[in-house]
Amino acid sequence: MTSVVAALTEAWSEIRVHKVRVVLALVGVFLAVFAMTTITAVGNMGRQMLGESFERSAGRPATLRLDLHPNGMPSKESTARAERAVAAAIDRYDVRWHTTNGQAQFPFRFPDGAAMVDTTIVDPSYGTIHRTLPTAGRWFTPADAEGFAPRLVVNAAMAERLGGFDPARPMTVVLGGDTPVRATVIGVAETPWGGQMPAAFMLADAAERWSPLDPQFSGTPATELWVPSHDAEALSASLQQELSAALPGFSVGVGRSDGGDDLGILDAVLDYGVRGVGIFALVLGGIGVLNVGLVTVRQRIREIGVRRSFGATSTRVFVAVLLESVCATAAAGALAVALSVALVENFPLEMVLPPGLTLTDVPRFPFSAALEGFLAATAIGALAGVVPAAMAVRAKVIDAIRY
Amino acid sequence: MSLLRLDDVSRSVPLPDGTVLHILTGVNLHVAAGEHIAVVGRSGSGKSTLLNLMGLLDSPTTGTYLLDGQPVEGLGQRRLSRLRGATFGFVFQQFNLLPGRTATENVASPLLYGSAREFWNRKRIAQDMLERVGLGHRLDTMPEKLSGGEQQRVALARSLVRRPRVLLADEPTGALDVDTGTAVMDVLEELVREDGTTLVTITHDLSVAARADRQFRLDHGVLTQVGATQVPALTASRGGA
Repeated sequence: MTSVVAALTEAWSEIRVHKVRVVLALVGVFLAVFAMTTITAVGNMGRQMLGESFERSAGRPATLRLDLHPNGMPSKESTARAERAVAAAIDRYDVRWHTTNGQAQFPFRFPDGAAMVDTTIVDPSYGTIHRTLPTAGRWFTPADAEGFAPRLVVNAAMAERLGGFDPARPMTVVLGGDTPVRATVIGVAETPWGGQMPAAFMLADAAERWSPLDPQFSGTPATELWVPSHDAEALSASLQQELSAALPGFSVGVGRSDGGDDLGILDAVLDYGVRGVGIFALVLGGIGVLNVGLVTVRQRIREIGVRRSFGATSTRVFVAVLLESVCATAAAGALAVALSVALVENFPLEMVLPPGLTLTDVPRFPFSAALEGFLAATAIGALAGVVPAAMAVRAKVIDAIRY
Repeated sequence: MSLLRLDDVSRSVPLPDGTVLHILTGVNLHVAAGEHIAVVGRSGSGKSTLLNLMGLLDSPTTGTYLLDGQPVEGLGQRRLSRLRGATFGFVFQQFNLLPGRTATENVASPLLYGSAREFWNRKRIAQDMLERVGLGHRLDTMPEKLSGGEQQRVALARSLVRRPRVLLADEPTGALDVDTGTAVMDVLEELVREDGTTLVTITHDLSVAARADRQFRLDHGVLTQVGATQVPALTASRGGA
C-alpha cells in the first residue's frame, strides 16, 4: 500500500515540477476528451429531443397500435364489438397505460365565427404515452370524463383565437352540432401535428356523450397500448392472433407505432462517428504525450540514475515514469470532463430547441460519457507512458550518475 | 568481520575492437564498520568503477564481494536495489540535487523508497536531517538558490537520511573551494561519526584523503594501501576517473 502511494507521490511530484511541459503535452488530450464527452452529451440531448418530438406523435417505446376495421361499412355495433374485444385484451394482459387515438372534426363557435376544428379523441393516458406537456393549464384526468360539460385541451392557435388562455379565468367555447354544448378549455398543449390551425384534444367518453361520432365517417378509433419494450414483439403477435380470432369479419392490424428504442442513423453516428473521431483525436494527443515523454526521459537520465542510487528498483522506476503519464492524462481527462459537464449542464437549451418544443425529460450529462472520457484519457496516458518508462528502466545507472 | 570485503575482484569490459579493457585487477579490500578510508588515483585508474562495485551499481567480472559477510553475487536486481537503498548513501561531486524540489523535498526523496514509517514521516525526518547539517533555515529553498557548499550539505543530508551503513563519497569537495570543502568535510565526518557510518571517500584532494583512517592508491586498476605520508606523491595525478 505504502509503495503504491509512494509511487503516486513520486509521479505527482514530477508532474508538479514539470508542470509547463506537462500542460503543453496534455493540450491535445484535454481537447480530445473535452470534444468527445461534450459531443456525446450534446448528441444525447439531440437524441432525446428527436425522440421526444417523435414520441409526441407516435408514442413512447413501446407503443402498440391496434387498428380494427370491419370489412364492411363501420357501424355503431361493429365499433362496440371492437371496443369490447380490445377492453378484454387490455384486462387479460393487464396493460396499465392505454388510450384511444382517433381523429375527428367538430364544429366550434369562435368569437369571429364557427369553424371545423381537427380534434384528437383520446383517453387521459394519452398525455403520458405521447409526452403531451401542457404549456398552460393542465392535461386531462379521469374525472374530466364525468364533467357536466365536455372539457378540452386546445393548441396555442385555438387558445389564441378564443382570446388567450388564462388559468385564472374559465375559458369556454361552444361545441356546435345538433345539440350545442359549452365546452371548458382546461389547458393548452401542442397537438401531434402542430401547425397554425386551431386543433384540440377531447376525451373519448366526452365525445361519445356530447357529440357522438358517426362511425361511417370517422371510422373506428385506434387504441394504443404502452407496454415494456422487451414484451412488445410477443404481445403484438398474441394480440394480432387473439383479436383476429375474436373479431371475425374485421381487418386487425397490431404493430408498433413508435420508432423503437434506437434512432437508427443518429445512434450509429453517436456510437461510431463521435467515438471514432474522439479516439482519433485522443491518439494524436497520446502521440504528443509520448513525444514529450521520450524527450523528457532523455533529459532526466541523471535524475533517474540518482533515484536508482536511492534504491529504486527497475519496477519502481518503470511504474513511476508510467504513472507520471497516467496521472497527467487522468488529470487532463478529469478537467476536460468537468468542463464539459459544466458547459452542457448550463447550456441554454431553449436557444437551440425549435420554437414550441420543450423537453419533458432533459437528459442529465451521461455518466457513461464522463466515465468513457476519463478512462480513455487514462488509457492513452498508460499507452503513451510505456515507451518512456521502458527507456527509463534501460538507462544504465552508472552512465546516468557519471561520477 | 569486515562490513565490505572485496577478494581478488576484477572488472573488465569488452571493447568494440574485440580487445578487453581491464579496469580493476585483483582488488583486495576489507573495510570495517565505522571505518573511514580514502581512495586516490589518477584519472582513468578505476576509482569510480570501484565505487560502483562497492555500491552495488556494478558487478565484478571475477572475484568475490561480501557485504556484511554475505556474498552479493547471484542476488537479483530487485534485491540488489533494495540492499543498495538500505545500505549505501551516495555523495556526488556535482551534488546531483533534483531540480525543482526544495531542500526538504530533495532530502526526503530517498525516503520514497524506504519503509512505511520512513515514507509517511519523510518530511519531518528530512527537516531533522537538514537541521543536523545546519540548513534548518533553508528548508524550503530551491537548490539553485543555495551556494555550492549549501548544495553539497543538502546532498550530504540526502545521502544520510536513510541512515545508511556505508557512505560512498565521490569527490565530495571537488566542486567547492578549499574553505567550503573543509567545512563540508567537517560536517560529513561529524555526521558519520555520530551515526557510526562507514565512509569511503574518493578524492583528489590530498588534505581530504589525509583525514581518512586508511588511504589507498589505485593505479591502473591495482589497489594498494599507502601510508598517510605517501599521499602527497599523488599530487601530480589529479583528474577524474
